[in-house]
Amino acid sequence: MSGIGLHHFVLLSAVLFSLGMACAIARRNAVAILIGIELMLNAAALNLAAFSRYGALRAEGQLFVLFVIVLAAAEAVVGLALILAIHRRLRSVDVNRADSLKG
Amino acid sequence: MMESGLLWWIPLLPLIGAFVSGAFGLRLQRRFGERAVAAVSVGLPWLAFFAAAASLVRLLSADDVGALGSRLWTWVAVGGLKVEFFLRMDRLSGMMAAMVTLVGSLIHVYSIGYMKKDEGFWRFFAFLNLFLFAMLTLVLAGNLLLLFVGWEGVGLCSYLLIGFWYRDLANARAGMKAFVVNRIGDFGFLLGMCVLFWGLGGAWDEAGYRAGEFFSLDFAELPRLLAGAAQRTLWGVPVPTLAGVLFFVGACGKSAQIPLYVWLPDAMAGPTPVSALIHAATMVTAGVYLVARLNFLYLASPTAMTVVALVGALTAVFAATIGCVQNDIKKVLAYSTISQLGYMFVGVGVGAFWAGSYHLLTHAFFKACLFLGAGSVILAMHHEQDMQKMGGLGRVMPFTRWTYWYACVAITGLPLASGFFSKDEILWQAFNTAGLGVPGWFLWLLLFLGAGLTSFYMWRSYFLTFTGPTVKIHGEEPEEQRPVITGVLAVLAVGAGVLMFIGLPEVWLGAPPAFAQYMEPVFRHGALAKVYGAGDGHGVELGLMAASVAVALAGLGLAAWFYRGRRSTVPERLRAALPRLHRLVQDKYYVDEGYQAAVVEPALTLSRAAAWFDSRIVDGLVNLCGGVTRLIAFFDGAIDKYLVDGVVNGLALLVRSAGAAARRWQTGRLSNYLGGLAFGTLVLIALVRLIAALLGE
Repeated sequence: MSGIGLHHFVLLSAVLFSLGMACAIARRNAVAILIGIELMLNAAALNLAAFSRYGALRAEGQLFVLFVIVLAAAEAVVGLALILAIHRRLRSVDVNRADSLKG
Repeated sequence: MMESGLLWWIPLLPLIGAFVSGAFGLRLQRRFGERAVAAVSVGLPWLAFFAAAASLVRLLSADDVGALGSRLWTWVAVGGLKVEFFLRMDRLSGMMAAMVTLVGSLIHVYSIGYMKKDEGFWRFFAFLNLFLFAMLTLVLAGNLLLLFVGWEGVGLCSYLLIGFWYRDLANARAGMKAFVVNRIGDFGFLLGMCVLFWGLGGAWDEAGYRAGEFFSLDFAELPRLLAGAAQRTLWGVPVPTLAGVLFFVGACGKSAQIPLYVWLPDAMAGPTPVSALIHAATMVTAGVYLVARLNFLYLASPTAMTVVALVGALTAVFAATIGCVQNDIKKVLAYSTISQLGYMFVGVGVGAFWAGSYHLLTHAFFKACLFLGAGSVILAMHHEQDMQKMGGLGRVMPFTRWTYWYACVAITGLPLASGFFSKDEILWQAFNTAGLGVPGWFLWLLLFLGAGLTSFYMWRSYFLTFTGPTVKIHGEEPEEQRPVITGVLAVLAVGAGVLMFIGLPEVWLGAPPAFAQYMEPVFRHGALAKVYGAGDGHGVELGLMAASVAVALAGLGLAAWFYRGRRSTVPERLRAALPRLHRLVQDKYYVDEGYQAAVVEPALTLSRAAAWFDSRIVDGLVNLCGGVTRLIAFFDGAIDKYLVDGVVNGLALLVRSAGAAARRWQTGRLSNYLGGLAFGTLVLIALVRLIAALLGE
């Protein structure tokens, strides 16, 4: 098969996921971590959309993507609210300083 | 029997007085003075006297009524036995109740003067009222068990009042002695009741206790029951004899007869009104009352009667000899009381119950008068009781002197006062008696001797106290007491005189004495018939009467010769001539010392041995047990400490070190957690792949 096929999407999705994960793990800025998480979510959503186009999942895949987008929006809202609260308390969004739960 | 609602007020009123004085007396005395206490505690006995007098009048005005009764509640109901709280007044108990309340009330009045300014004023009156309550319970009790309650109650009050000034050890000791000796008598009483219970009720056999018919120990019912039980024997002794002797042991304790008389002289440690009321007029006559009350029992047993009469006669002489050489005025009166009680016992012991009761009644008046007169003297002498240090008080204390004189006339049996008639009746009845274990003339001889001795020692006390040069106390002559004291003396002396008119003998009037007729329904069980029927004629009686007047006059003459005006040296010379005899009698025949050696010391030795056993053997065993327990506990503790605690602590240590190790993972760095999450996910995926590869292919 020539042109763009399923494996391209899967590959892209994997790259996106890895980048998102690296971003989430490595960065100390809470907003950056949130961005990394968004990347990971969208990588997964891309995967679903691709499988919907090429695979057996037809409408369901599209549906799941919509859910993921809504979920991501909600997650961003909650995450940003948390970050705001942390910022208000610590005057910083460095997650390493929010360590009062350390054992 | 007639129901009477008034009856139970008679003992209740003094009880109320005792409660008020006892509970609130100190406060009343502090706030309102002694008058408030006296008003309650003297007023209520007078009310009791009026109640008793009214009851007696009611009893006598109803012809066919043998007794008034008041059943309050059922007290004991066990099997065939049903004992009620039951007050009963027949002619005997009516006489007693009236006498007790009248003499008691008079002595209460006297005590206002005698106990003046004593800090225990309220306590004294509380005890005195309580005593009246107990005595009236004893007298009015309708059954034996209730009588015993009063019996114990008067013993308790006697103890409390002898040791009234308890800060003095001798007084406390005297109280204890009275209590213990009385206890011995009370034990006899209890045993007597048990024997009676056994004899009247059922019996023990192989099947257990078989109850007899229903019975209640009521005095009205006992004679009938006893008639059925008279043939029964216990250890070979007929029930009436055994019970009678045992009851007499109780009477000996309470009424101070040989061998249990030793407490009464010591009881003089109490305040003088107490000696007059309890230890002369009322409580000590309870024994005589008991024998008279149980007349049906004694009549069923000549042996018991013999014991009563013989012990009474011996005591009468024995105590009289001691009385002759005592120097303490109250001791003289104490021995005189013991001796007179002996006369009463002879009276009831020979079946002349009315004569014994009559002497009881007259004695209550003249002996109370003597004691209170002695109290008046003691007050005037600033609590000096030794007659050797008195003298000439007659000039400064005319009232006390003449009442004392008249009471002496009464007790010594000169025919101007009631004592002569009551005592002579006893002498005559004793002489006349037949059917006892001892001949009548023997009893009479003892009593006759006693009468002479009585006359001697009573007039001795009179002459020593009231004649001769007047003594000075702190440079001043003693003074006559206030009317509250002398007035009581006068009333008692008048009583001692007036009472002679109810006892004028048959030989003078040709009819039985009024008092004998009065008592006849109580002692209907043949006593009078027996005594009056047998014996010698009136000539002998008149001869005996003359003899006893002669012996009384002889005693009086001897005393006057020896002691009148305190001039004679005869007593001194006599004492010098017979030093051993004098010492023997003055030291009361060493009976107290004998008891000390024979009873008290062995008892103390026994208690010391018991104490040694307790402290050495019993305590040793207890300590040994304790030691063993401690040893076991030591090992137990070691196990607990090292083994159990070790396991627990080890576990805790493990958890703690595990926690410390795990803590290092909790860095608080979000990136570490996320990294861990990713790594863990990778590992899980790898594991799943691996397992799938292994299983699938």
